[in-house]
Amino acid sequence: MSAVQPAAAPEPLMADPGPSGRFGPFGGRYVPESLVPACLELEAAFREAWDDPGFHQELDDILRVYGGRPTPVTPCRRLSAQLGVEVLLKREDLCHTGSHKLNNVVGQALLARRMGKDRLVAETGAGQHGVATATAAALFGMACTVYMGEVDVERQALNVFRMELLGAEVRPVGSGSRTLKDAVNEALRDWVATVDHTHYCLGSVMGPHPYPWMVREFQRVIGDEAREQCRTLLGGRDPDWVVACVGGGSNAAGTFAGFVHTSARLVGVEAAGGSAMGHGAPGVLHGMRSMLLQDEDGQIGEAHSVSAGLDYPGIGPEHAQLGSVGRAEYVTADDREVLEALQLLARTEGIVPALEPAHALAFVVREAGRRIPSGATVLVTLSGRGDKDVAQVRELLRGAP
Amino acid sequence: MAPPERLGTVLAAKREAGRKLFVPYVTAGCHPAWLEVVGELAAAGADAIEVGLPFSDPMMDGPTIQEASRQALERGTTTASVLDQLARADLPVPIVVMTYFNLVHRAGEARFAGRLAAAGVRGAIVPDLPLEESGPWRDAAEQARVDPVLLVAPATPPERAKRILAVARGFVYAVGLMGVTGERQALAASATAVAERLRGRSSLPVLVGVGVSTPAQAAQVAQVADGVVVGSALVRRLLEGDDPAALGKLARAFRAALDDA
Repeated sequence: MSAVQPAAAPEPLMADPGPSGRFGPFGGRYVPESLVPACLELEAAFREAWDDPGFHQELDDILRVYGGRPTPVTPCRRLSAQLGVEVLLKREDLCHTGSHKLNNVVGQALLARRMGKDRLVAETGAGQHGVATATAAALFGMACTVYMGEVDVERQALNVFRMELLGAEVRPVGSGSRTLKDAVNEALRDWVATVDHTHYCLGSVMGPHPYPWMVREFQRVIGDEAREQCRTLLGGRDPDWVVACVGGGSNAAGTFAGFVHTSARLVGVEAAGGSAMGHGAPGVLHGMRSMLLQDEDGQIGEAHSVSAGLDYPGIGPEHAQLGSVGRAEYVTADDREVLEALQLLARTEGIVPALEPAHALAFVVREAGRRIPSGATVLVTLSGRGDKDVAQVRELLRGAP
Repeated sequence: MAPPERLGTVLAAKREAGRKLFVPYVTAGCHPAWLEVVGELAAAGADAIEVGLPFSDPMMDGPTIQEASRQALERGTTTASVLDQLARADLPVPIVVMTYFNLVHRAGEARFAGRLAAAGVRGAIVPDLPLEESGPWRDAAEQARVDPVLLVAPATPPERAKRILAVARGFVYAVGLMGVTGERQALAASATAVAERLRGRSSLPVLVGVGVSTPAQAAQVAQVADGVVVGSALVRRLLEGDDPAALGKLARAFRAALDDA
């Protein structure tokens, strides 16, 4: 495979965005004045911590002895034979709590502690980030409130109970589309009123600066590990393709960070019903300028997907940049393809993925031998395990024509 | 015809005359008679009226204005429909719109500012556009003679407040508490504290908004501020079914409390 050459990018990709928090024309810090001082404090705290070997040591230790890192890269023998391409899975499903979300929340909880804050507030869609935040709060002895859209509370009932078991309070959100977007609004409203003692533990590479950059840095452990592991497995080579699902885009950003300076083709897979890159326009929401589903007047659109974690009308600003300069491409998978890919992986490899990374797999299944040439090597980030989705998948398969 | 006086000029003159300023808020389109409400508020002695252009994701707003925005959008309210109505209404006081930045961004700053000016709007509050991001919008607004109102919060450090005051136009919107819009039982200590900190620092009037819920609270704020912005207390009653005249009556109670303060 030949590499996609980045179209003359004026700035280094996936670097420190500096004080403005810009990724090309995207990013920034569009928050009410009440939150600006807190965002500045967080940026300063993160810069200081990220330069501190002691902080890295503590974070790495916790992720190793508590989180189960490094997670393996698993070569998929039977699936690869069936598809005619060599599929490797980065196994974030084997992280403690069952997804990559822990990487970010442990980092943010450590930062919250450095800033003297004793409460975490978070939004969650599928519940994975909420569970991870509740877990970190328990581990560090912090109070925790998680906002979750009513629609998601219903389709992810088991994760709601998990959060409560972990000592968190789950507040259902009944406004708007009653999904992830509205949970973010409500978490921001909470934060405005509690910012003196509360840290907003945002779950993806979105929101106001420094979140998109900070969360990408906390998640880059995925890509950094995977690159080393792939080189071992592929005789010193990088994979030809690197594929990850994208809602806000944190597992994809963490994965891409390890490969952006290689020749690998980077592909982000959105839900067909929530494709900010495919159907969106530049806009400003939740503190960032990025690609957003919206109407002519600027009213925000609603995403619709089988996967609660991808039901978001926007995308992280750095993805908007990577897409606009052509370093990564963003595609979609529809609900039917996703369910098929999920079953295929379960039956060929004995791994039940979450619905979110099943989108990434669905792209590979669809394009193997087509856009992805036979014999190519493909790394897919398996961002979470499917246990949370089993009941929903059962219902969907029963109802399927 | 000479262009209308700038919002800041109108308000500063009233302040110089010793008047405490009253700026009531209503979400455009939240009620079929919303424009009638604007008329009642003007007749009740409002010095300017803040008109909310509804946005789907009003993150600085509490339940009352969220609901008003939802109902307005459900009725098909758009920026164009509101500005059309305002342009045709002959209102005796300046109109200031309040909306979120995505509506401005979608239209483009210059185009949006031009549309406001064409409808006779003289100021704009964009709460999710802080100082650092506001440059292009302030330039476009200035070009169109629309005053870009900026906010100062209880959490804003003095040095930062100074930089905000240096570029604010129209009036200074002092956020009365750390939180979203909505009524509160008692006035937050931060409401008077933030006004104290800004007093004498700007040639513009300093108005406290967010959490000013009753005429008595307005009078309390007016001891240290040049005036108040009152939103949820009015909008809640409108959503509960009060008619425009009843809103006018409540507005007169705010007016009287400010005049006696």
